[in-house]
Amino acid sequence: MSETRQECRFCAGGCGEQAKYAELDTVIESYKDREGCLIMVLHAAQEIFGYLPIELQTYIADKLMIPLSEVYGVVSFYSFFSMKECGKHTLRVCLGTACYVRGGMRLIEHIKEKLNVEVGGTTADKTFTFEVARCIGACGLAPAIMIDDEVYKHVTPKYLDEILAGY
Amino acid sequence: MVKKISSLADLELIAKEYGERMSAYEHQILVCAGAGCISCGCGAVRDTVRSTLSELGLDNKAIVKETGCMGTCAVGPVMLLLPERIFYVGLTPENIPSLLKAHFVDGKVVEERTFFDPIQKKYIPGMDDIPFYKEQVRIVLRNCGIVEYGQIESYIADGGGYRAAHKALTSMTPGEVVGEVKASGLRGRGGGGFPTGQKWEAGLNAAGDRKYLVCNADEGDPGAFMDRSVIEGDPHNVIEGMIIGGYAIGATRGFVYIRAEYPIAVERLSAAIAEARDYGLLGDNLFGTDFSFDLEIRIGAGAFVCGEETALMASIEGQRGEPRQKPPFPFQAGLFGKPTIINNVETYANIPSIIDGGAAKFASIGTEKAKGTKVFALAGNIITSGIVEVPIGTKMEDIIYKIGGGILNGKKFKAAQVGGPSGGCITSDNVDVPMDYETLIARSAMMGSGGLIVMDEDTCMVDTARFFLDFVQDESCGKCTACRLGTKRMLEILQRITRGKGRMDDLDTLMELAETVRDSAMCGLGQTSPNPVLSTLRFFREEYEAHVIDKKCPAGVCVHLLSYSINPEKCKGCSACARACPVEAIVGELKKPYVIDRTICVKCGNCMTVCKFGAIVKE
Ligand SMILES: Cc1cc2nc3c(=O)[nH]c(=O)nc-3n(C[C@H](O)[C@H](O)[C@H](O)COP(=O)(O)O)c2cc1C
Ligand code: FES
Repeated sequence: MSETRQECRFCAGGCGEQAKYAELDTVIESYKDREGCLIMVLHAAQEIFGYLPIELQTYIADKLMIPLSEVYGVVSFYSFFSMKECGKHTLRVCLGTACYVRGGMRLIEHIKEKLNVEVGGTTADKTFTFEVARCIGACGLAPAIMIDDEVYKHVTPKYLDEILAGY
Repeated sequence: MVKKISSLADLELIAKEYGERMSAYEHQILVCAGAGCISCGCGAVRDTVRSTLSELGLDNKAIVKETGCMGTCAVGPVMLLLPERIFYVGLTPENIPSLLKAHFVDGKVVEERTFFDPIQKKYIPGMDDIPFYKEQVRIVLRNCGIVEYGQIESYIADGGGYRAAHKALTSMTPGEVVGEVKASGLRGRGGGGFPTGQKWEAGLNAAGDRKYLVCNADEGDPGAFMDRSVIEGDPHNVIEGMIIGGYAIGATRGFVYIRAEYPIAVERLSAAIAEARDYGLLGDNLFGTDFSFDLEIRIGAGAFVCGEETALMASIEGQRGEPRQKPPFPFQAGLFGKPTIINNVETYANIPSIIDGGAAKFASIGTEKAKGTKVFALAGNIITSGIVEVPIGTKMEDIIYKIGGGILNGKKFKAAQVGGPSGGCITSDNVDVPMDYETLIARSAMMGSGGLIVMDEDTCMVDTARFFLDFVQDESCGKCTACRLGTKRMLEILQRITRGKGRMDDLDTLMELAETVRDSAMCGLGQTSPNPVLSTLRFFREEYEAHVIDKKCPAGVCVHLLSYSINPEKCKGCSACARACPVEAIVGELKKPYVIDRTICVKCGNCMTVCKFGAIVKE
């Protein structure tokens, strides 16, 4: 999974818009006849474009022949979908029960200070979008963080600095 | 193109061929590739194992297999050597070469890389002697850490896989399958504990040209990771359970709804589904019968409420994941308006064993009212956190102390949260509670999906209640007023209390709100959301009162209620704290006791961390 991403799908500008829309068209085509495919299409679109601006939502609504309000309703309901441009990487600090009990809050404070970014925001250099996750299923390794699809365990502020330096 | 499987003989041939291929090797090295071990770099470990074997000239003596989670996530990456069943932990690419050389060339077990038992305080090399494993009974997890998750042949050979599906489809009627599941006494593992056989019977009897089978792999309870381990470690077991379920109720299509936070689970299950399709185990005319069945994965998008069955179905339909009123129940009008049966991952994972071994065998495990086992995700302040499976009715203290090795850092047990944000806490007076549906409810907790978070004496229960309420408030979908506004008001009160602004009548208001929300919210999320508040109020009322009346947080967690001071008897006047203080709140003269100016102090705790003499007092 992460391999395909690195090639181009997540890149911030290397490949043109047109190529992205062409890629999206292929996805929509493959899903078109399946009932209730909107969420899967949105996942694919977000992976291709990085986020879901209103123009893109309009495009998807037209292609799937459903009202824009329905697309917008879904995008705004689910926390995984973002209408704002995101950083190159998504940095998620887990605040699930296990991670909370074992010091996840400390990591949040540390990141806020170090990267000068609020939860939900993106760093000035557009490297990281900073989010809080509610359990990423690595509770045995708490506190855990996730950068894109990569999970890091037993994170301390010091270890966090080392991890961030690698991006 | 592989040969399609259409008979028992085909399955047995695959098992035989696989077995022969494996028996050409003297040793098998099973490397855990569970999510926990992946994040500790088991990929590099596996590669080093392979390259070391070839350096030692052992490639044709030992084969490396990649398996799912072995359960001891805390000490990963881990590996198991067969046939000797020696279990090595804490592996790194650096320690592998000498380890393998010692083990295989010098014939010595490297003790200090084996599991250290915190209770007996010694190393235990043999996997079967480790209390963590010895105390478990594995039905759902029977293949996890044993079969190669990415090889259907391994599931068929090592796991006896797809025999149950063959048996059900070729020698049982759908009614007989339902009867067997009913007789087994299996109850849903997704939280509610509804009898699975009864649910399937309703599905079978539902009229409709098209029916659906859905697997709930949303696993939203923060602190639970069992379903993920099952899917990642033994995906074919879930697929086989669903084939049998589809046959029992007469559904030809199934959906697996997995949360987006689990990319590895999605990847492995997709691969397994494709593999099963290649072998003709999904698709048309399974085992040469006229039963056809296929599966599709749908990915969630980060909404806890989508674990609730009606919301989940709305989400599969591509809509906002809002729950709706029941009835109609899903078996009457579910997905796309058709009769639908929805079960949890672990529920399906029990099915092949029930059909294979028979209902009576399954029903011999567990309690009178609940049969079989339950998988728990053991986490929090516990020594050996990980995935464990025990007979239903096992005492909580046995799970925490015998299997989990007790509390981390020698601290005292304070409480354990079972059932996540819908559950409650079990206190030390109740830690002998047998873990079954009814007893847990009687003690103000609930089985839930199986998250078991252990909390030590440094945990503030008021803050824990606030934490869970913050979670449900955030995840409330907003459709019904009781949940949307009720949880918000309760959260405000708890925030006030943890900030030292609480009033005595807050506790009564909190109680009243909790009861109202519980009784009037539309779905399970709202109805159960007050549980953590109610159970902490019941068992830790004095802690609430300490926050409200004395403005103190006994556990020293709620920052607003803390104050730091320096014990002049212990302070040596070294000035380390003063130098560490970010706001210059600590003043004094060298070699004389320092003092903290509380009006400036921001309670960051730096001074406490740097003081070598334990002179900083937090209260
Ligand atoms: C707020 C909420 C969240 C839920 N989350 C899950 C979940 O993550 N996984 C699950 O299997 N069931 C979950 N359930 C229970 C499901 O609604 C449903 O009862 C269950 O999937 C039925 O399967 P079972 O009979 O096999 O237990 C949740 C229920 C509620 C009210
Ligand atoms: S609570 Fe953080 S991974 Fe589960």
